[in-house]
Amino acid sequence: MIRADAFLISIAVASALGVVAAQHQARQIFSELEREQARARELEVEWGQLQLEQSTWAALARVELIARERLGLQEPQPGRIVIVEVPR
Amino acid sequence: MKNRRSVTFNHNPLLEKGLPVWRPRLVLLGLLACSLTLVGRAAWLQGFNNEFLQAEGKSRYSRVIPVPATRGRITDRNGDVLAVSTPVRSIWAIPSDARLSPADTRSLATLLEMDVPELNRRLDSERDFVYLKRQLAPEVARRIADLKLPGVHEHQEYRRYYPGGEVTAHMLGFTGVDDRGQEGIELAFDAQLKGMSGSRRVIRDRRGQIIEDVESIRPPRDGENVALAMDAKIQFLAYSALRHAMQTHKAKAGSVVVLDVRSGEVLALVNAPTFNPNNRSGLSGAQLRNRVLTDVFEPGSTMKPFIGALALEQRKVALDTIIDTNPGRMTIGRATISDVRRHGPLTVGGVIEKSSNIGTVKLAMHFTPDEMWQMFDELGFGTPLNLGFPGEASGRLRPARSWRPIEQATMAYGHGVSGSLIQMARAYLAFARDGELLPLSLTRVDAPPAPIRQVFSAETARQMREILERAAGPEGTAPKAQVAGFRVAGKTGTAHKLEGGRYTDRYISSFVGFAPASNPRIIVAVMIDEPTAGQHFGGAVAAPVFARIVEGTLRSMGVVPDAPVAPLHVAGKVEMPPVPKERM
Repeated sequence: MIRADAFLISIAVASALGVVAAQHQARQIFSELEREQARARELEVEWGQLQLEQSTWAALARVELIARERLGLQEPQPGRIVIVEVPR
Repeated sequence: MKNRRSVTFNHNPLLEKGLPVWRPRLVLLGLLACSLTLVGRAAWLQGFNNEFLQAEGKSRYSRVIPVPATRGRITDRNGDVLAVSTPVRSIWAIPSDARLSPADTRSLATLLEMDVPELNRRLDSERDFVYLKRQLAPEVARRIADLKLPGVHEHQEYRRYYPGGEVTAHMLGFTGVDDRGQEGIELAFDAQLKGMSGSRRVIRDRRGQIIEDVESIRPPRDGENVALAMDAKIQFLAYSALRHAMQTHKAKAGSVVVLDVRSGEVLALVNAPTFNPNNRSGLSGAQLRNRVLTDVFEPGSTMKPFIGALALEQRKVALDTIIDTNPGRMTIGRATISDVRRHGPLTVGGVIEKSSNIGTVKLAMHFTPDEMWQMFDELGFGTPLNLGFPGEASGRLRPARSWRPIEQATMAYGHGVSGSLIQMARAYLAFARDGELLPLSLTRVDAPPAPIRQVFSAETARQMREILERAAGPEGTAPKAQVAGFRVAGKTGTAHKLEGGRYTDRYISSFVGFAPASNPRIIVAVMIDEPTAGQHFGGAVAAPVFARIVEGTLRSMGVVPDAPVAPLHVAGKVEMPPVPKERM
């Protein structure tokens, strides 16, 4: 009788410890998830900012200005354009 | 002593006296009632009416926190970003809590880029909540948070950026500080773009760290991205061409719209004057107006081709029927209409090429008001396009019953009827597309939509394309519309402005046309309001804008030239035959 009790009690204690451990692990994993989600949001924000930056650098007005003034490019004269048709 | 000892508590003679039986019972009952009350109360609080305490308990450790959602991006047809939201911080304060030392106030004012007196004025406010500064960069906000000032708080907001700036301003519109659309596409597609911020319940530990996600009350929904039909390259081309014309002709305002003939997409939409959507202080209504969609004007001669087409369609005239426009003036009722100069006998094509008012009126006289009204109606005048854009104009088309003969005559050459520039451009789809009209779209469409209706037969549309090609040629009113390498077609318009019911000597110059004429791909409509630098005819003011846009657009779309380049090159773009000034 006493043996059975001791056995049951030890099982109960083990399971209680298991619950504690699982709970602890769950919380750790959750806070990790939390961090990663925050990072994902930050990256999303950064992506938006980079896109913004990219389109600011690539703004056609700026490209045209640089092409014309710094690089001295010009649109080709109509007679100097050769149209090549690629058969599909 | 012995005797005394024998007196125990239980055998106390006082007790043996015998108390009245009710007294202990009363006390016992009283105690029982007390404990029953306590048990009952406990059962009530914990078993039956437990919400209050549970809520109180939860509020000690669980928190509902908002989960922010971002507003969708707006991109052009190739995915280039035109509008994007990034998070910013707003700094607010509870003035009664904010007891700041002068040194703190100074450093806060420096970070906020504010004057110290101005900051103090805000902090002395009677209210419980004041914004110190909205929409601050996150880095600055972090430095303010690091000061750990009492009563000074921050919260996250979003700010919208428009990398295209003034080039795309009218099309996109803008959002308010609350990140909701206020104008343009931002307003029209607000339901799609706006994100729904969610909320969730969490358990926080003593240090405020979230340790358990209890439930997601509402998942956040980020706004959807909207891909416009607009092509950023074409938009920029149109913008620079229009700006150039505005400066050259010292015009009050101007608009350009470019349509894709095959899909009905709006490839570019530009207005001047414009504004910078990223810095909207001191805006005027004139800058904000999206004239292409919301302003109506009397189109003038750009209306004439429709009368010609109707006459050909109904076989009132043939291509070679001669219409005598002599002597260049004509009296209807008490009014006299006239041509800018005498054109003599002309064919239908000639009437449109030379833009003869008399010839057009003579063509229009073949019809009843009802027939003309029906055509205008089918072309979409007087009905808004329903693009979903805020404040779209419908134009004015009066019911045919109320037309007097002189009005029918003036409507034939585009006075007394009005429409927006985009309505005009869409009506020209009927010529560019074998007589069909398409529904227009501001957003990118994947497959060409089903046509709305057939206004003219394919044969009439083809004939009109030829006529309009000549109208934009050396013999017509707009040789400056010519583009090297491409055949273009189109019609000029120069309309007197209507002000207070009277026509003034101020003009609206316009040009509506399409290219390449052999197989139209784009329609470009240009409108310049009140050119004041001497020239005011559509052929001189608006046609060069058309040419610049067509040239760049077709090249960027990779359309194969349909005209030999060499002859034009010989003629030279600069060496165009001089345009007689007195032409409509």
